[in-house]
Amino acid sequence: MIEIKNLYKSFEQKEVLKNISKVFNKGETNLIIGRSGSGKTVLLKSIVGLHEIDRGQILYDNRDFTSMSTKLRKKLRREMGMVFQGGALFDSLTVEENIRFPLDMFSVLTPSEKQKQVDFCLERVNIADANKLSPSEISGGMKKRVAIARAIVMNPKYLFCDEPNSGLDPETSLVIDELIHSITVDLQITTIINTHDMNSVMEIGDNILFISDGEMCWEGNRKDILHTENQKLQEFVFANKQYQRIRDDKINQ
Amino acid sequence: MNIFNQTGKYFALLLKVFSKPERHSLYVKQTFNEIENLGVNSVGIVTVISIFMGGIITLQVAYNMTNPLLPTYLIGLGNRDTLILEFSSTILALIMAGKIGSNITSEIGSMKVTEQIDSLEIMGVNSASYLILPKIIAVVMMFPLLYILSVFFGLIGGMIVGPAVGAVTVTDYLNGVQYLFNPYYITFSLIKCLVFGFLIASISAFFGYTVEGGAFDVGSASTRAVVNTNIMILVWDLILTQLLL
Ligand SMILES: Nc1ncnc2c1ncn2[C@@H]1O[C@H](COP(=O)(O)OP(=O)(O)OP(=O)(O)O)[C@@H](O)[C@H]1O
Ligand SMILES: [Mg+2]
Repeated sequence: MIEIKNLYKSFEQKEVLKNISKVFNKGETNLIIGRSGSGKTVLLKSIVGLHEIDRGQILYDNRDFTSMSTKLRKKLRREMGMVFQGGALFDSLTVEENIRFPLDMFSVLTPSEKQKQVDFCLERVNIADANKLSPSEISGGMKKRVAIARAIVMNPKYLFCDEPNSGLDPETSLVIDELIHSITVDLQITTIINTHDMNSVMEIGDNILFISDGEMCWEGNRKDILHTENQKLQEFVFANKQYQRIRDDKINQ
Repeated sequence: MNIFNQTGKYFALLLKVFSKPERHSLYVKQTFNEIENLGVNSVGIVTVISIFMGGIITLQVAYNMTNPLLPTYLIGLGNRDTLILEFSSTILALIMAGKIGSNITSEIGSMKVTEQIDSLEIMGVNSASYLILPKIIAVVMMFPLLYILSVFFGLIGGMIVGPAVGAVTVTDYLNGVQYLFNPYYITFSLIKCLVFGFLIASISAFFGYTVEGGAFDVGSASTRAVVNTNIMILVWDLILTQLLL
């Protein structure tokens, strides 16, 4: 469980996040949604400590991350995995070396145990045959899978995904969403996903936070979202006419 | 104001670079990679440049010796001292700042803008140390070797060009090269090389590590890195020459 309390973040004069409070549950896919530029990436990076926040508190299973020393933070980070918007694979390493990197850096496993863990993760994301390729030789969808495999190789307790299916076709997006969802449930991780994709929201939105201009605007789950009275959320959701039709159909029935 | 700000950030980064590494074996492996990438791969260009410069310096010394009473072996001596004192250390450092420096800035800068550095941080890796320390060690170690290589090939260049244009015989040239040799000049230049190597690697890494934005910003950071490194090399050349010579 990750809890944020009254979080504020600004860059120089510009206030990007204003008074965000939210609990993200374990074993659920927690979504942060909002339009482009609303502050999703900044919020996610603030939660993991890549941005220093101005005010507020971040608790990882009641451990106060905000007031932690650099050393303790580093230790806590070994319980985190993150999938970045562009994949952020190390392009000097092969797919397999990318996934093994955290193990090489931190684990005390023997080489064969490491290999087993790497193979397990590759299997988990369905790319068992790409291990010797370099990141420049694989497609965008595969990069995302490799990034997910690398993020889960240390058996993290917390998984963060910044727009895991941006730039992917709808079918692949769905596969990636389901993959993250099943990993979250199977391994009982606390997962936070940034997205502006309504398909993902309807598919895996267990616990949703909607932010608009850096302010929290609405929270709930995918069942509530189509019936929202919130003006800003309606604009976001029904920007895609498809969902208007789905809602109207449901209401008519 | 900005300059103080930048300098402060530079030293803050160095502090991070020289903190305790996570896993030694990985750092050692990285250092060997960098020695190959930054050092060994520069041997070719250093050789070519040095042969040419040795030849050119020899020609210029010869043309300036208009008095026929001056012994021709002074040409060898002139080439030797120019190479040892200034060319193979400072001028080579300026050239290497362009080659190695821009390589370091663009590599680290691309990693920054594609979130690879964030990715390291989130794993709990000290990204500054992991990426920069092996480069600093590699360049500082390789630079004195490149210096010696450069002096050697510079002397060869002079030995080819001097006799070829009829300015000096090979025997006289070689006598000049050995005449009144002061070994302290070499020590002095090797010290300069260590400092220049450190400046090249650390300043270029700093500009890469602090890039914000995209590919365009990486390009302009590379340019700024080379310009700033060159200025610092000359400043330190001045300081060290005053202090040590
Ligand atoms: N390092 C920074 N310095 C200054 N301003 C920033 C910085 N990073 C983000 N911002 C600003 O914060 C706001 C929110 O950006 P953010 O990247 O979080 O948006 P987002 O919701 O992730 O958008 P997208 O869906 O396009 O990724 C933007 O207005 C952006 O200009
Ligand atoms: Mg974003």
